[in-house]
Amino acid sequence: MAQDDVLVWVELKDGVVRRSSLEAIGAATQVAAQLNSSVAAVVVGNADQQTLKQLGDAGALRVYRVEGADYVQFEPCRYADALQAVVKQSSPGLILMAATALGKDLSARLAARLRSALATDCIALEVNDGQISVVRPVYAGKLRAKVILSGPSPIVTVRPNTFPVPAAQTNRQPEVTGVTPEVSAVLRKVALRETVYSTGEMPDVSEADIVVSGGRGMKGPENFAMLVELAKLLGGAVGASRSAVDAGWMDHQHQVGQTGKTISPNLYIACGISGATQHLAGMSSSKCIVAINKDPEANIFKVADYGVVGDLFKVVPLMTAEIKRLK
Amino acid sequence: MNIVVLVKQVPDTEAAVRPDSSAPARIVESGIKFIVNPYDEFAVEEAIRIKEAKGGHVLVVTVGPPRAEEALRTCIAMGADDAMRIDDSQLPELDALGRARLLSKAISKSPFDLILCGKQAIDDDLAAVGTFVAEFLELPHVAVVTKLELANGKAICRKEIDGGAQTVELQLPAVITAQKGLNEPRYPALRGLMLAKKKEIAVVTPSSLGISAEELRPSYRVQQLESPPTRGKGKILQGEPETTAVELVRLLREEAKVF
Ligand SMILES: Cc1cc2nc3c(=O)[nH]c(=O)nc-3n(C[C@H](O)[C@H](O)[C@H](O)COP(=O)(O)OP(=O)(O)OC[C@H]3O[C@@H](n4cnc5c(N)ncnc54)[C@H](O)[C@@H]3O)c2cc1C
Repeated sequence: MAQDDVLVWVELKDGVVRRSSLEAIGAATQVAAQLNSSVAAVVVGNADQQTLKQLGDAGALRVYRVEGADYVQFEPCRYADALQAVVKQSSPGLILMAATALGKDLSARLAARLRSALATDCIALEVNDGQISVVRPVYAGKLRAKVILSGPSPIVTVRPNTFPVPAAQTNRQPEVTGVTPEVSAVLRKVALRETVYSTGEMPDVSEADIVVSGGRGMKGPENFAMLVELAKLLGGAVGASRSAVDAGWMDHQHQVGQTGKTISPNLYIACGISGATQHLAGMSSSKCIVAINKDPEANIFKVADYGVVGDLFKVVPLMTAEIKRLK
Repeated sequence: MNIVVLVKQVPDTEAAVRPDSSAPARIVESGIKFIVNPYDEFAVEEAIRIKEAKGGHVLVVTVGPPRAEEALRTCIAMGADDAMRIDDSQLPELDALGRARLLSKAISKSPFDLILCGKQAIDDDLAAVGTFVAEFLELPHVAVVTKLELANGKAICRKEIDGGAQTVELQLPAVITAQKGLNEPRYPALRGLMLAKKKEIAVVTPSSLGISAEELRPSYRVQQLESPPTRGKGKILQGEPETTAVELVRLLREEAKVF
């Protein structure tokens, strides 16, 4: 009986399950244990056997599957139709997904359709007396709100890099159920023309474990090559402050902060960034923060776990050289 | 072209917000400067530009207490034509679904071709109200838009996704939420400020919209606001770059174990 499952929307990118979705399954598994229910996944798009097994191994007992040419590209309205159909069939007690760009879009549409409580970008999730309660940063991370969600099928999106990826239990084949959605009338008025991914071997800042960021202190676009080199060496991504983006040195996709992306990597290295509150809003939940700044009074040092007071044009290349030497 | 812009008044991005000890789900409001939500400013600017290019009318709508009228006046000063405040002072607890319900009902009473709003408010950071309104009114919708073109009753939008962008075409009327990059909001001119001061702002109540308090009962309830845990004092290295760079790498490897 599927009633009261914790349902997780699993996002595919190029046919591969995103890590943030596995983290959402991890979070779901913890909550399901407290609710005495089980975890079900829903995958929209074309998932192969390997993917289905991966979801089983991660903890999903059931997988609802919506397939077909219409679902290959993410189209939020169509995907909301798909999820709505799955919810209708399974009446989950809770719906979880990662707070990615697509997750945010989809979760809001679904919440409106189901009239379900929505809490986005959560960093903690628990059950008290059968009620779902979450913690989410608000006021750009200046405060944290503890929120109680009520009503049927609350929807929670979880911040990437916050919950652990569940340890894989091998050879758990989930029960797979195909679902065919009804297509909503509004879809006739929307047409997805094109999806382009910016080419680059680097992960997106929102997904990277390590982010090396530059600010106005970088002095010009050409100097970002230094950060790219360090980021590549560490398998990370390059971020930027708004000043660097506004100056045209980096694309907005890289901007970290209140009007940029909110990220929680394991390591954030801020080079030539002063640490304005709007910048901190985007990166202060990073696990380890490093600041390199020539101004010992720079605000960024207040949140840094490690800092170097010095000229980044000297410190960064020396760091890169040292890491290369040790590798 | 009739354009409706949804705006919210929020604490200034620089404001030091702290929980109110007598009402821990709220912040202390005294001494705080309130502004138009920065993402909503992009929406207002876009609406005014469309009006300037094609003609039309821009109505700004907010759900908020009387102080929120100041945000509406800022929008008028920028170039919006009319403003409406849906009074929520009798509803101590209102969640995003409730706000969207009020907004949808109020908007549906007059004709419109386009609804614009910011992609998120910087107080609750929920990123949902625009989408909720679109779903409630069953309108086509695109969120997080950085480019908008209008032609032949259609909107062509560029939308940000992780690591890329999508181009989406919508039939009007439609709902679009604005992301930074859409435009550069203008500062109000003196003439606009004078106009805004005198502007009559329509005030409506939930009951005048035919919505009962029961229907607005929140399913998202803030129980408590807290400051995030403070970070321990960091190790700050000073000295010659040759030494500090090497020591930093050592600390990151051996102590923090991050690579
Ligand atoms: C509504 C709003 C939204 C905003 N959103 C964002 C956002 O999303 N993200 C964001 O980042 N900002 C945002 N800002 C802007 C923010 O307030 C700051 O202006 C911005 O973060 C400053 O960028 P910066 O630290 O790169 O530049 P600066 O503040 O100019 O700092 C440059 C730093 O580089 C250091 N430096 C210079 N040369 C060197 C060197 N050779 N070696 C080492 N250090 C050096 C300096 O000491 C200084 O600390 C927003 C502002 C507003 C009003």
